[in-house]
Amino acid sequence: MPEAEAVRRLDLPGLNEWKRVSPRHVLVEIVGTLVFGLALCGGAVVLWLVVGLEWAPYLIGAIVLIIGITVFFEPRRVRAIGYQLRQDDLLFRRGIMFQRFVSVPYGRMQLVDITRGPIARWLGLADLKFVTAAASSGVLIPGLAEADAEGLRDRLVELAESRRAGL
Amino acid sequence: MTSLTDGEWHRLHPASPLLRGGIFIVAVLGFIIANLRERLIDGFLGVRVHGGDPIDEIMRRGAAGWVLLGVAVVLVLILLGFYLSWRMHTFRVSDEVVEVRSGLVFRSNRRARLDRIQGVNIVRPFIPRLFGAAKLEVSVAGQDANVQLAYLGSAPADALRRDILHLASGLRQPDPPAPVVASGGTGFGAAVTGIAGGIGGFAANRASELFAPELDPDAAPPESVVRIPPGRLIGSVFFSGFTVVLVLGGIALIVGALIGGSGWLLVAILPGMIGSVSYYFSRFTKSLRYSIAGTPDGVRVGFGLLSTSNETLPPGRIHAIRVSQPLLWRPFGWWQVRINTAGHSTNKGAAGEANTTTLPVGTENDVARVLDLILPGFNSDDHLALISRGLRSKGGDDGFVNAPRRAAWLRPVSWRRTGYTISDGVALLRRGVVSRELILVPLARLQSVAVSQGPVQRMLRLASADLHTVAGPVAATLSVLDAGEAVNLFDRVAAGAVESAHLDTSHHWNLPSGIVPNGIAPSGIVPNGIAPSGIVPNGIVPDGIAPSRIVPNGAPE
Repeated sequence: MPEAEAVRRLDLPGLNEWKRVSPRHVLVEIVGTLVFGLALCGGAVVLWLVVGLEWAPYLIGAIVLIIGITVFFEPRRVRAIGYQLRQDDLLFRRGIMFQRFVSVPYGRMQLVDITRGPIARWLGLADLKFVTAAASSGVLIPGLAEADAEGLRDRLVELAESRRAGL
Repeated sequence: MTSLTDGEWHRLHPASPLLRGGIFIVAVLGFIIANLRERLIDGFLGVRVHGGDPIDEIMRRGAAGWVLLGVAVVLVLILLGFYLSWRMHTFRVSDEVVEVRSGLVFRSNRRARLDRIQGVNIVRPFIPRLFGAAKLEVSVAGQDANVQLAYLGSAPADALRRDILHLASGLRQPDPPAPVVASGGTGFGAAVTGIAGGIGGFAANRASELFAPELDPDAAPPESVVRIPPGRLIGSVFFSGFTVVLVLGGIALIVGALIGGSGWLLVAILPGMIGSVSYYFSRFTKSLRYSIAGTPDGVRVGFGLLSTSNETLPPGRIHAIRVSQPLLWRPFGWWQVRINTAGHSTNKGAAGEANTTTLPVGTENDVARVLDLILPGFNSDDHLALISRGLRSKGGDDGFVNAPRRAAWLRPVSWRRTGYTISDGVALLRRGVVSRELILVPLARLQSVAVSQGPVQRMLRLASADLHTVAGPVAATLSVLDAGEAVNLFDRVAAGAVESAHLDTSHHWNLPSGIVPNGIAPSGIVPNGIAPSGIVPNGIVPDGIAPSRIVPNGAPE
């Protein structure tokens, strides 16, 4: 049975340990989710009190439930985010329910972006985005300690320089 | 009589401002003259009519002289503006860059590196074409990142393209140094002398240019490798998805009329149906005179009957290829080839989509010839068999790794044909039964690769694979692979992409062998089949490239 489970679930065998993002990033995600949920609830309250829709309270209930579940699974989702620098490419993974693995050769780097949101800055975290010529690559490593993010950026630029390729 | 690529600043065709925006002034003049026609005739005949319109008023007050003076001043100012904008609009092509300066009040300066060229496009819109002018556009990667030279004389544009591509290919000198007449020398100048020498000569000159083959005989084998008979073109436009929509609209209209619905359906659908006639017409005329041929500096694709477009794609600039066949085309055995490229011409090419449609419609043999050009080196018997199976096979054990039977839950019809294979640095993805598709991705151009899995796929032990390339009409994805096979594909593609990128030399595609970026000696097969030794994919040795003339680029990046 464990073997069948292994095939069922996507996994890349024979790899080193994944580098994980900071556990503090959970807080950033939770705050983001709560703010989003509050905005939705605000909209529903307007529908209820101003427009007078009678089913609006159920809507609010549903929103609260979904937000609650999302927040509950947030720590697991953050733990599932991982990356590792291989010989010639950057590997990135995220997601539990919807898993995604990406491999980007270093030579394909167009630029590396570091962004900090208000809460992430308060916690000393930063997001690192690895941009290629393909919009769909979508490698965004969130929740790195600021020093780590800058170190990783410099490392990636260095690796990309040494493996420079055309477009 | 100097080459345009000598690194000095040159000017565009003198008629450029007129052709670029000034046409409307001619139109306004024509409009005014047409409106004054009666009055002019009356004037000549000495008839006086008093209707109280502005011109009568002017005549009555005897201010005709002032008005004429005013008109003359405006005309002079316009001409001066044109002249200055032409004076200020200069370009130069050096060994490294092509650069354009323009603007009277707001100056702009744009520079593109030659080794980053994604394609060179020559567009001849109908009216400029009548005057023997052409627009040359050097595309580099990115949105709105193109360097446009509008307009040049027709012959200088062709010569300039050849020289730019020569320089970009890694050869330091355009070879042979093309004796190019400075811009405008032939075009408008010829027009003037033509008129002086008689309208007949001018017309003959223009006519010969208009009907000349779209390919420059110097730089390309004059024969296009594919011909599209007009009948097939009409058929392909007629048997398209658009027709299906149209027929459905027609049925809706008839049904609506029969059950006595109100007129809103008529209002909603009928104008669109009438408009569709012009759509068919433009699709047809724009794909007419299609040509594709290999040149030493890449594939050249030409389109268009009245307005023409002719783009050269250097080797290794094609990021993904899709060969597809809609259901309606199957009885005829027609296919279409579309590609992803990083540079996007700002001109909607002649076919409205010319820059991504490499073959509007063709038979399987035509597809093979086109693939031979755009994917050089991928043409051994094995490869051809693989392509053929990718196009027509119903699935099964045929060299492709296919989706398992349980994928039928998600793809009830097409699961059999869903599969992939990797061969000599090219990933082939096959999918679709109703509309068959084969997607080829040269791994040397691949940006990244992803596998993903959602809850339903996990229940079925399936996964999706996604090969990321630059944006374009081709999306290289397969959504129902066996999970283990998807991981396999991920590993093979990731490793293949790194390896192919190392061996790739296409940013200076004619750089002599031995001097390879990053000092990695190419061993064995080069991914795109681009022999680094100045020998061109299709076996044509560019004329006059003697090794002694090649000045190697000592330290490429």
